[in-house]
Amino acid sequence: MDSILIQLLNGLDKGAAYALIALGLTLVFGTLGVVNFAHGALFLMGAFCAVTFQKILTISKKVLDPSITYFDAYIEQPYLELWFGETGLAVIDWAVPLSIIVTIPTMLLIGLAMERGLIRHFYKRTHAEQILVTFGLAIVLQEIIRHFFGANPIPTPAPDIVSGSAAIGTWIGLGENFVYPWWRLIYLASATVIISSVFAFLHLTTFGMVVRAGMFDRQMVAFLGINVQRKFTIIFGLAAVVAGVAGAMYAPIVPPDYHMGMDFLVISFVIVVVGGMGSVRGAVAAGFLLGILQSLASMTVVSSLLPGIDQIIIYLVAVIILLTRPRGLMGRKGIGE
Amino acid sequence: MMNSIKQQLMNLFKKQSDLTTILLFAAGVLTMPIWLDPIGANYPDLLQKFVIFGIFAVGYNILFGLTGYLSFGHAVFLGVGSYTAVWSFKLFTMNVLPAMLFATLISGLIAAAIGFVSMRRSGIYFSILTLAFAQMFYNLAYSVLIPITNGETGLQLRMHDIRIIDNYFSDPAPGLPSTELFGMSMNGYSGFYFCAVVLILAFYVAMKIFRSPFGMKLKAIKSNQHRMRYTGSDTRPYLITAFIISGMFAGLAGALLAVTDPLAGAERMQWTASGEVILMTILGGVGTLFGPLLGVGIIKYLENIFSTINESVLQQFFSFLPQWGENFMVAIVSPFVGDGWHLTLGILFMIIIIFLPGGLMEGFQKIKKRYLTKGVKDSESTTKQE
Amino acid sequence: MSKPVLKISNVNKSFGGLQALRDINLEIEKGKVHAIIGPNGAGKSTLLNVCVGLLKPDSGSVTFNGGINVIGKSPHEINQMGLARVFQTPEIFPDLSLLENVMIPAFSKRDGAFHLQLFRSLASETKITQEAKEVLASVGMEAKADEIAGSLSRGDKRRLELAMCLIQHPDLLLLDEPTAGMARHDTNKTIELLKKIKEGGMTKIIIEHDMHVVFSVADTISVLAQGAIIATGTPDEIRGNPIVQEAYLGGAEL
Repeated sequence: MDSILIQLLNGLDKGAAYALIALGLTLVFGTLGVVNFAHGALFLMGAFCAVTFQKILTISKKVLDPSITYFDAYIEQPYLELWFGETGLAVIDWAVPLSIIVTIPTMLLIGLAMERGLIRHFYKRTHAEQILVTFGLAIVLQEIIRHFFGANPIPTPAPDIVSGSAAIGTWIGLGENFVYPWWRLIYLASATVIISSVFAFLHLTTFGMVVRAGMFDRQMVAFLGINVQRKFTIIFGLAAVVAGVAGAMYAPIVPPDYHMGMDFLVISFVIVVVGGMGSVRGAVAAGFLLGILQSLASMTVVSSLLPGIDQIIIYLVAVIILLTRPRGLMGRKGIGE
Repeated sequence: MMNSIKQQLMNLFKKQSDLTTILLFAAGVLTMPIWLDPIGANYPDLLQKFVIFGIFAVGYNILFGLTGYLSFGHAVFLGVGSYTAVWSFKLFTMNVLPAMLFATLISGLIAAAIGFVSMRRSGIYFSILTLAFAQMFYNLAYSVLIPITNGETGLQLRMHDIRIIDNYFSDPAPGLPSTELFGMSMNGYSGFYFCAVVLILAFYVAMKIFRSPFGMKLKAIKSNQHRMRYTGSDTRPYLITAFIISGMFAGLAGALLAVTDPLAGAERMQWTASGEVILMTILGGVGTLFGPLLGVGIIKYLENIFSTINESVLQQFFSFLPQWGENFMVAIVSPFVGDGWHLTLGILFMIIIIFLPGGLMEGFQKIKKRYLTKGVKDSESTTKQE
Repeated sequence: MSKPVLKISNVNKSFGGLQALRDINLEIEKGKVHAIIGPNGAGKSTLLNVCVGLLKPDSGSVTFNGGINVIGKSPHEINQMGLARVFQTPEIFPDLSLLENVMIPAFSKRDGAFHLQLFRSLASETKITQEAKEVLASVGMEAKADEIAGSLSRGDKRRLELAMCLIQHPDLLLLDEPTAGMARHDTNKTIELLKKIKEGGMTKIIIEHDMHVVFSVADTISVLAQGAIIATGTPDEIRGNPIVQEAYLGGAEL
């Protein structure tokens, strides 16, 4: 029972990350009509925003280690600590949550630049060309990251206070053994907040209404004399921010390395297709669904029954859904065929 | 004078008959060690890569070039081909022919299965389906299929492999055996020449397909599938056939990779490897006969050059500059070479798709047209002056 | 009376609450040009789509060439039966040359729905190439045989599509508004062409708005209004039919 609950939480967690990436991907596809294979790279850039921020905070000076007296030993001490003492250390400890403040504007800029510089010129090109050019961009971005940060994963810990586990078991009366990492709970909660705000934005604001109308029938909206182009640029920026924040927050869960973007890209594409290309609700639902399925499939009970199922469950589900429901769970006819 | 040059050019570009094309092609491929020597590409490893990936790309082009269906799963067939070939070496014989036969057949079977399912959808859905299958194979190769694939170590030859056929005729020699074709070793140049012959055959098959009613029907499907159905052709079997053929080409290429180096690893099946063959095909020119080969040549050659350059080579290269200039240039160029080859590749990829989606062959056509029409204008103006 | 090429019996079709076709009975005679006219929304396109098996009627039957069921068949099966179609917006192969555009339907006709001939050389297909050139000539486009079809004008695309159907010598040719969106000059050219084909004795169904076209080429005319056929007859009969004038022509003199 505990293990199922744990896996369910794991699945929700994974699903949250999937949903956040897929959300932007499907939003961009539904509005701009662009298949963006560089979307995984946005997630990657977000994660490395957190890494960079942490690295900047911990820029250190070599100082003599006072505890070693019989020869000159140096240790690295962050300037922040030298200048502000305890407060400085606390800031470093909180690097990941604080990095969100930097991640949002950075990702917005990256997103706008990407849309203006490249994506915009591919609206009218074929999906195949869109896929290929953004695939090229994804490679370029990931290789730039590798050039600056190397090929190894970079540990980016969460703040001390939430690095432990929450005793969920004792809260709900399932015993002390049932614990779950705090940061993952925070991730899940933040993802819920982000997803809800995107939905609120799309459904409660005029801007969102126009965007949804544009997703439904772009020409119609253009006929109404609304400057759809500008709105689409903003949508792309928004998608970049969502993916970036998802990446930054994910850094403490799995230490980021340069190819995490590609890893997530394939899965999130599968999710978008399962949810239905261009359907925001479908993407979120499919993200959580596949995240949970993947986690449940990795339980020993399941994998002893069907060896290897945890490795392929997502793709298997995608194949089955695509064959039985060609437009995905909530897709509309004629998109992307 | 002008006119005769023009005439010659025209003749050169005119569609050759099947026989002339294949003879010219064969001559070109077999003399590669000679004409690639000046640019420093004349060594067996690289030559083998040229021809093997040439087969891969020529086959991929039959699917993508003729039907327009963008598969992200073709690296699977490359991998399957390699694994099958190595197993044939381990179980039966070191002779390469059975290995190639098995590899082609088995990858054809798997292509039939994947194609049968994936071809139920078109557009991005097709691409995603092939991508999903590729990921499944890749992930399985590292988990439940480890008995077949040997996981991360990769499948290798071993001393105690049974090799039924070889061991039946002669006692195993000491040391690891090497691949052979009736006694001819497949290392070095002989390996290259063998692969080159296979490429020539493969190219011949592709050319025949391109210039057959079947090929024309595939082009029609690419152009307007809806019309094709109302014209009385059932498009699905045509598409599946194209998928299987291109899968078999990939399997054959995978087998040759194992022939020249009997080792198979799952990284060959990664979807980014499928991306590479797409790039090579596009760079040269999708849907043209020679384009994909040109693309393979350029990418593999650049890969070879770029990835071997390191900082000291760069310093030597820029040593004519003053010290600060040398440092500056080395700092600028070094991210793009060595490990940074992939960065260059990505940039190249983008440039091609942005500026030359029709590939180099289209670029040549444009230049040719411009030159030829200019030639006509020139001759017109000279006539006027006269 | 000879056997009808296409027989539509008691066909009903509704979309939601809207009855698009009610109790349609039609027999298309061999060698005749049968025009179906009617105001917008009368159900012409629905009827056509039922004829080619694209839409499944709620009830009734559509049979071809003496009893072969059409309903539920896929497009290529319909075509292989001997039924070719010209679409309202030209459907051609825009990336191929005109000659290739016309050769492909000929291949489909010869090879059936699927035929694997990987190594047959195109150069050896002299018969079909020749035939394609002749058909192109018959629609007056032989000079453009090597051009890429996508660059043609709309009217030329139409004619090309017609040529693509003609080379198959179908038992029945369906034309969906063959002159829609054409300039007068092009329309006249098309009428001439249709008349010429008519002499060849090909059975045709034409759906058309342009009365000029209809009365120039049709042997029989059926008038569709609100999903039902209100009259069928020769052009003269239709012209003189008061019900038709009332329902469709608004009483205007023809």
